[in-house]
Amino acid sequence: MATRTIQTIAGEPILRVKGVRQAFPRGDGEPLLVLDDVTFELRKGEIVGLLGRSGSGKSTLLRLIAGLARPIAGAIDYRGAPLSGPASGIAMVFQTFALFPWLSVLENVELGLEALGLPRDEIRRRALGAIDLIGLDGFESAYPKELSGGMRQRVGLARALVVHPTILLMDEAFSALDVLTAETLRTDLLDLWIEGQLPIDAVVMVTHNIEEAVLMCDRVMVFTANPGHIARELKVDLPHPRDREDPRFREIVEAIYVEMTARPMSRGAGHAVVDRFPGMGIAMQLPRISSNLISGLAEAIAGSPYEGRADLPEIASELHMEIDDLFPVADTLQLLRFAEVERGDIRLTDAGKAFAAAEVDERKRLFARHLVAYVPLAAHIRRVLEERASHQAPKSRFLDELEDHMTDQYAEATLRAVISWGRYAELFEYSDDAGAFRLEAPAS
Amino acid sequence: MKLFRPPVSVTAGRFAPSAWDGGAAAIVLALFVMIAAAAHGMLAPLSTLAVEPVSLDPVNLPYYALRTTVRMLLALACSIVFTFTYATLAAKSRRAELILVPILDILQSVPILGFISLTIVGFMALAPGRVLGAELAAIFAIFTSQAWNMAFSFYQSLRTLPGDLDEACRSFRLSPWLRFWRAEVPFALPALVWNMMMSMSGGWFFVVASEALTVGNTTITLPGIGSYIALAIKARDMTAVVWAVASMALVILVYDQLMFRPLVAWADRFRAEQTPGAPAATSWALTMIRRARLIRIVITAIARVVRWLRGRPSVRLPRAPGVLGRLLASRAADRVWAAAVAVVALLAIWRIGQFVSTALSVADVVTALGLGSVTFLRVAVLIALASVIWVPVGIYVGLRPQLAAAVQPAAQFLAAFPANLLFPAAVVGIVHFHLDPDIWLSPLMILGTQWYILFNVVAGASAFPGDLRDVAANLGLRGWLRWRKALLPAVFPYYVTGAITASGGSWNASIVAEVASWGDTRLAAHGIGAYIARATAAGDYARIVLGIAVMSAFVIVVNRLVWRPLYAYAERRLRLD
Repeated sequence: MATRTIQTIAGEPILRVKGVRQAFPRGDGEPLLVLDDVTFELRKGEIVGLLGRSGSGKSTLLRLIAGLARPIAGAIDYRGAPLSGPASGIAMVFQTFALFPWLSVLENVELGLEALGLPRDEIRRRALGAIDLIGLDGFESAYPKELSGGMRQRVGLARALVVHPTILLMDEAFSALDVLTAETLRTDLLDLWIEGQLPIDAVVMVTHNIEEAVLMCDRVMVFTANPGHIARELKVDLPHPRDREDPRFREIVEAIYVEMTARPMSRGAGHAVVDRFPGMGIAMQLPRISSNLISGLAEAIAGSPYEGRADLPEIASELHMEIDDLFPVADTLQLLRFAEVERGDIRLTDAGKAFAAAEVDERKRLFARHLVAYVPLAAHIRRVLEERASHQAPKSRFLDELEDHMTDQYAEATLRAVISWGRYAELFEYSDDAGAFRLEAPAS
Repeated sequence: MKLFRPPVSVTAGRFAPSAWDGGAAAIVLALFVMIAAAAHGMLAPLSTLAVEPVSLDPVNLPYYALRTTVRMLLALACSIVFTFTYATLAAKSRRAELILVPILDILQSVPILGFISLTIVGFMALAPGRVLGAELAAIFAIFTSQAWNMAFSFYQSLRTLPGDLDEACRSFRLSPWLRFWRAEVPFALPALVWNMMMSMSGGWFFVVASEALTVGNTTITLPGIGSYIALAIKARDMTAVVWAVASMALVILVYDQLMFRPLVAWADRFRAEQTPGAPAATSWALTMIRRARLIRIVITAIARVVRWLRGRPSVRLPRAPGVLGRLLASRAADRVWAAAVAVVALLAIWRIGQFVSTALSVADVVTALGLGSVTFLRVAVLIALASVIWVPVGIYVGLRPQLAAAVQPAAQFLAAFPANLLFPAAVVGIVHFHLDPDIWLSPLMILGTQWYILFNVVAGASAFPGDLRDVAANLGLRGWLRWRKALLPAVFPYYVTGAITASGGSWNASIVAEVASWGDTRLAAHGIGAYIARATAAGDYARIVLGIAVMSAFVIVVNRLVWRPLYAYAERRLRLD
């Protein structure tokens, strides 16, 4: 452990990310900025975590480092030279494993070496070595579909390690696994890393699991969204193996929650509550959150032991929700002014308490009132339907409007979200067959 | 269990022949002998055809069957090469795609039988005085019936390689060559094998037409099952027709067992997602190949060559540097390219118009359109009839796994049977009962293609989820309600796929099926197929072009206006996953 710490201090930067910006094209006009002015250095001997909500651009950054995409501005230097395309010293582990189903475990691991054009014997020798290291012996001739998720990700790890990369990139590598398997794999990997058995110099991992980040990383970059940038860098200098119940561990976790629920700085000062979704007015991007989740979270916070105010890490662990699941629901409650999220806590407003306590019909009425008041797109659709003599409007009318402000996918997702909320609130009807909104349900 | 074993030849046990070796060796030897015989016939001087004309003596049938088989195999090999190059180019280059995909789309929905006679002269010139020239022309004709759907399926697979696999390839810096063999071809294989089987069935249709070639005034008849059938029909020899049918059935069976079954079973492991519970395809021939050590030695050697090929560090395509490179890759350059393509297309249309208009009048176009409508009506009625019959049967069969296992291969087998074989019965019947050929020739069109509806519906019903079945039973759904609310919607996506294939095939078949002959008796129905067939027989290129253009227009319009919306609807609303 001590040697690692010294290395962290002494290590020279392997990777420099300087003022990187990335944007994706949308309907018309300005491209959507997903990363803005991201700068950091990766040093020899450290594990760096990129942590943030979905949409904060952390995976995009990882893909830029992997050379799978190119930034529109800024530069990424790998070992002092600008990166252009996938580099031989950077290997990636994928969330979905990305194994070739027609290749056996051994063949999957050998693939990266074949691409290097090494001699047959050496390929075999090194592949078997990696398989051995990662605990896959005996599975050489198995096909991925015969393996459990945990074993598959071990193949993914072996495949990345076998090329002896300088930097190992992990894109939510443990998030597709069940809790127990993920923990085993994390511990195994950490043990190998601490014992210096891994043929790598540094690790960059993307995660949305705060505890995972604190458990594994030497440094954690907390990203905020719209556009994604590094809000804060936290050092984790606890010795390995780390204990989740250690007060210092909890402290760091709490600090990250506070950081991630901090109010965005840039918005108007007059607002009492700030919405976290990108875009203004009807162009706000909405998440597809079911009304069941909205009610469920409100009820959980209203009930004991929280009584209207809950610590996010606490309620996340009680509800078995990761932040990628929890934050969008909390943000939606905030959008509807049923709750306020701040400093790692979520607090129900008076309306929120009434919402949580109400019976079905009253709850729907309350939801409808807040939907019209605080979600401009829902109010807009309702108004258009009222103004039209037929009380009908095609979906494309609103979709076109949205596509001016966001990508086609987000426009579709946003409209889907508002349809689902509007249906629950009985604000309007929508028929997928006809692709049209209606004010009232058909009489029959 | 360790994966590593010493090299094949070292261990004593490895060389002890297994029981499978006997059968395998016999088959391999027989194949060598047969290929040699066929090659000998192909390279013979042209005059031998006159000395040894095709005879109806059934003793010759095995040899004819062999020649036809080799022809079809060679055509299939050409189709695979074509698929790997054409489809890859279309998928990799944005600009090539702009031209290649529409061309493919049209080629795969249009019969180009009529144009075959144009190419013969060229092929004859390649090998003057030898049978080889005519052979090449015949192989080309069969190739044109096989290649398009294979290329299209491969193109679609290349475009739908899962995103994470694509990123893995790029992240591990696989060369384009390695990526092609390690990722893209395996991913495309299951669909490609399936399309190869369909192509083979389609090829039989053309065999009869392609083995008798006309150059100017002389007709070259290549020895083969196709020309045997043609001769038998001309001579009104019913016994010979029965012999031909029998040997054709045998050839199709051998093909199925020795080639496609093993291929399907082998390609099964390349499926990207494995539906749990789906029975794995099995094949005795594949088992034999895997168990027989002699064959395995051969395969290991081949695999080594393939690996060597694959391992070649390939040259990366150089990119034009600097400003020029950026300019070439820009969107503006794309537009210039699109404009250039449009100009060339317009020129081509103008040129065709010019060619056709010197020989044809507006009245001809009106006639062709009218005949096209008649054939359209015929296809529509036939598809409707086939649906009414085969959808219920298919669902009934599909819900009973054991029955389905027996029916599926039979339906695939029947799909390979060309309509020509039923001509004698049809003609004799129509003449005897004084029936209207406009109506009674029609069933021949759908004879081979109706099976696509059946086996797709069977597949759909087999995939009907158990929980939905249980819930239907639990709710007491029965009779029409059960069909309307549960079964029919569940098989609809499969049905649409089958019906698209059946309808496309029927248009193609109309060229053969709207004109039937038995000896001197010729029956013709009104329709665009008969029109093209007549024009082809007369060598009237203007009318061939017109007929094919009209048929293509009908096929494309029907695809766009009927099938595509139905398909989209099925994808959107009725998919079960």
